[in-house]
Amino acid sequence: MTIAHTLKIEEDGEILRIQDLTKSYETPQGSLLVLNKISLAIQSRTTIALMGESGSGKSTLLHLIGALDDPDTGSILIDGMEITQLKESEKAALRRNKIGFVFQQFNLIASLTVAENLAFQARLADRLDPTWLAELTHRLGLTQIASRYPEQLSGGQQQRVAVGRALAVKPRLLLADEPTGNLDEKTGDSVLALTLELVEETGCAFLMATHSARLAARLQRQCRLETGVLTCP
Amino acid sequence: MKQVFWSLAALLSHWRKHPASLVTLLMGLSIATALWSGVQALNTQARNSYNQAAAIFTQGNSQNIIAQQGGYFNQDLFIRLRRSGAKVSPIIEGRIYLQKKELKIIGVDPITTPKNLSVELVHSLKSSFDLIDKAGKAFISPETLQGLGSKSDDRLKTDRGILLPPLQPLSSVPPGVIITDIGIAQNTLARAGKLSRLVVDQRNNLNSEQVSRLTNNSLRLVAPDDSNDLTRLTDSFHLNLTAFGMLAFVVGFFIVNASVGLAFEQRLPTLRTLRALGAPAYLLVFGMLIEIAAFTLIAGLIGVTGGYLIAQELLPNVAASLEGLYGAQISSRLALDKNWFFSAFAMAGSGALLANTAGLVKTLRLPVLNVAKPIAWREINHGYLRRQALLAFLAIVIAVLTYSLGKNLLSGFAFMACGLLGTAMLLPFILALLLLVGESQSQQPLLRWLFADGRQEIPGLSLALMALLLTLSANIGIGGMVTGFRETFLAWLDERLIAEIYYETATADDARKIEAWAQSDREIDAILPVWRAKTLIENQPVELMGMTFHDTYIRHFPLLSSKENVWENLHSNDSILISEQLARRLNINIDDVLNLPTGDKDWRVTIAGIFPDYGNPKGQIRIDHDRLALHFTDASRTHYSLRVAARSTGSVMARMKAVHGEKIIRIVDQEEVKKISIGIFEKTFMITGALNTLMLIVSAVALFTSLLTLSNLRLRQVAPVWAIGVSRQILAAIELARILIFAAGVALVAIPLGVFITWGLVTIINVIAFGWRLPMHIYPMHWLMVFITSLLTALLASLVPVIQLARSKPIDLLKGFTDAR
Repeated sequence: MTIAHTLKIEEDGEILRIQDLTKSYETPQGSLLVLNKISLAIQSRTTIALMGESGSGKSTLLHLIGALDDPDTGSILIDGMEITQLKESEKAALRRNKIGFVFQQFNLIASLTVAENLAFQARLADRLDPTWLAELTHRLGLTQIASRYPEQLSGGQQQRVAVGRALAVKPRLLLADEPTGNLDEKTGDSVLALTLELVEETGCAFLMATHSARLAARLQRQCRLETGVLTCP
Repeated sequence: MKQVFWSLAALLSHWRKHPASLVTLLMGLSIATALWSGVQALNTQARNSYNQAAAIFTQGNSQNIIAQQGGYFNQDLFIRLRRSGAKVSPIIEGRIYLQKKELKIIGVDPITTPKNLSVELVHSLKSSFDLIDKAGKAFISPETLQGLGSKSDDRLKTDRGILLPPLQPLSSVPPGVIITDIGIAQNTLARAGKLSRLVVDQRNNLNSEQVSRLTNNSLRLVAPDDSNDLTRLTDSFHLNLTAFGMLAFVVGFFIVNASVGLAFEQRLPTLRTLRALGAPAYLLVFGMLIEIAAFTLIAGLIGVTGGYLIAQELLPNVAASLEGLYGAQISSRLALDKNWFFSAFAMAGSGALLANTAGLVKTLRLPVLNVAKPIAWREINHGYLRRQALLAFLAIVIAVLTYSLGKNLLSGFAFMACGLLGTAMLLPFILALLLLVGESQSQQPLLRWLFADGRQEIPGLSLALMALLLTLSANIGIGGMVTGFRETFLAWLDERLIAEIYYETATADDARKIEAWAQSDREIDAILPVWRAKTLIENQPVELMGMTFHDTYIRHFPLLSSKENVWENLHSNDSILISEQLARRLNINIDDVLNLPTGDKDWRVTIAGIFPDYGNPKGQIRIDHDRLALHFTDASRTHYSLRVAARSTGSVMARMKAVHGEKIIRIVDQEEVKKISIGIFEKTFMITGALNTLMLIVSAVALFTSLLTLSNLRLRQVAPVWAIGVSRQILAAIELARILIFAAGVALVAIPLGVFITWGLVTIINVIAFGWRLPMHIYPMHWLMVFITSLLTALLASLVPVIQLARSKPIDLLKGFTDAR
């Protein structure tokens, strides 16, 4: 399957399929199994909350799905394409074209302005839609602060920029790792509300790792990761 | 006490986690100390040797009695003076060759050696009655003895086949010298019954008239030979060396400062946590001071060892150039004192303390509740650039002030140093500006990020880049001066050394005999006497040399400026030529009048021309030969040069040696003189070249270590871009491109700064230090080489961090998302 093929956007249908995914880490005490034969399928316009205790492997699962890390065994298909065997450059292309990632620490590019951060991934993927970007900027309430730098923003503002950056490329899959973990309850709620609204409009799938049952309840499905096993009711 | 211990343990744990930073810091401090102490070791060694030589040869303030017209004189004159009650001691000096090495032999009379010479050597000689034993003894410095491959009591033959007495090592004998009984020395030099000079006992009240009367005008009383005042003569040389050492120390210090600054940033969370846990700020500062003391000790030891090795490596060239330029003999065995040792530690300590000052102050003022504040890089950057601009402005103001107010060498160096540092401090500004232009011109997002992120990286890299700038500009500046000097010097030598043969006779009488013989030799085209006299102008020794009215000078002798018909003027009027350095010192020019002291009265002369006299530390005046003989009756009449056809040089020299061997002290051909002169020149600047190369290595290390230390911090900047979809290879390529952009920017600034250094050296430093001004040359090809060197240095320095990034595992980059701050 070629990259060109994978770039073909499918409006509906299954976006992500994980099969028997296993991941372990080497520690001084020996091998630590974090994910044990996990399987999961996500359709477009689906929102899933991934819950579990600290160290349960939520971030690891998101990193594997986001092509940031490699599993020990198992397969990950995004839009029907197996990603675990991709080369570094192909994984990079996949990330910039199909995946949006929102981190707990925001991870904005400190040397670029808000406007530049928002457009960065879309520009990299050569898929910048100025109208969509302008709307996104407006909807996220970033218009007034577009020329500021990340260090000049509050945590909530930074996270809204991170959400905007991830959605500007109109990804097939939006991954968020504790996106509200560094925000107060009110700001966290508003950021999530906006994210869900935009997810609905873009039609992508949304997978969010969180500790908060309250926030998780706002998503369509709630999965729990415990001792390396994923349970999705 | 426990508080101190645990706080210190927590502080030191940082280095366990960041061993590369520790290595960098110690390496920087050690290199800076090594370069500084290496140069200081050379200076100390040279000065010790001067003092040693001065103690023996100048005999404090003792006067000397020498032949009226130079050269050797009969020892009957000494006997006559002694019989008249004059307390004088005879000395004979000359050159001999042992094992193909040229040495100075000094014959002294142990019985009459003046009592006021409280020198260890003299006591050794006087107490060693062996000296007047049948075989006698020849005292030599231990290292010279070792250099000859001989041991104590060995007997060596000179190149003329004369067997010397058993060699006796004595540490107070200067290097390159053999001291023995006067009778043995006379035999060795084949000058039986001859003397070079008489040393006058300080308690003696001899005056010039008495000496002239008692010796029938054959001898004259002279002041101590100023040429032995090596300390004064070599001051400029050593100041130059010290300036280079200081520059090298500054470059090394920049590494330390960079490492300390980065380490402080890395350790900030630990410090904050310790403060939050109740450790008082003064306790942390105390712990950091203990840490500095430990660094000083370790780096000082490494630095002192490194300095010793550097000095050992450079010593032969320094010794050769000091001998060539000033006739100073420097011991080739480094004998260093405790002052040198402790001063190296003092430099290491002050360097470490200075580099840590900002950190110590910040620690004292550190707000405890500051953990959650985001790292405001722009704020830091702006603040940093503002501080740099202020410091640069101050440095440039000081430079301008020293340039307009000071007129000595120290102010010259201060001007250059402030100019250099001021520009170096402006570097971050200039680079930020270049990157801003690049950013504004870029449309491609990665390219924009490359430039934008580059600006963010400036504070972290600036010290290393400033070190690189100083090195590259020093390379361009000093290289330009040296190359220009070399070209000028070689052209000048070709003009100046026109005669084919140069010789010196033992006495004026010998010279007359050879002159008469030469007039009848068909192969000799011209005999050019170069009689010499000395005088004092404004208490400074000046050498006077005679010139005949000959085509050789008229057609070839290089002049910087002259009046019309200069040679006719010189020959028929009371006109002189004056060396450039003397003209500058006396602030006189063409057509100015000078009162030249001739001994009994002043001779009023007009300046007809100014000539370049590169490499001569003394002032020189050229006078018509007949006028020199007329006004300076005591002129030494033993130096001559000959014009012969080039192909006849060898045969004429061979004939002269065969017929007049005994009468000639030294005879060399033009090629030999040129070879010696060029050799001295090359060796003098070999030291500069070696220090330059060392500095370049130091800068590369500085850049490498800064990049390596920064590479961990860089992960946080790079990881989001990677997560968004840029491969590690492309990120590595961007990192490399960014470093190369920095290096190119540094090289671009280094070129004008280098030209500034060349200009400063040519028009200020050389003029003050040596008295000559060279034509200013620029070498664009050299600039290109420096530009390429800069890129290569950056490439080499960034190779490891860039490869590390390209090969980094995803888990390393993922850490970038969790290592918050």
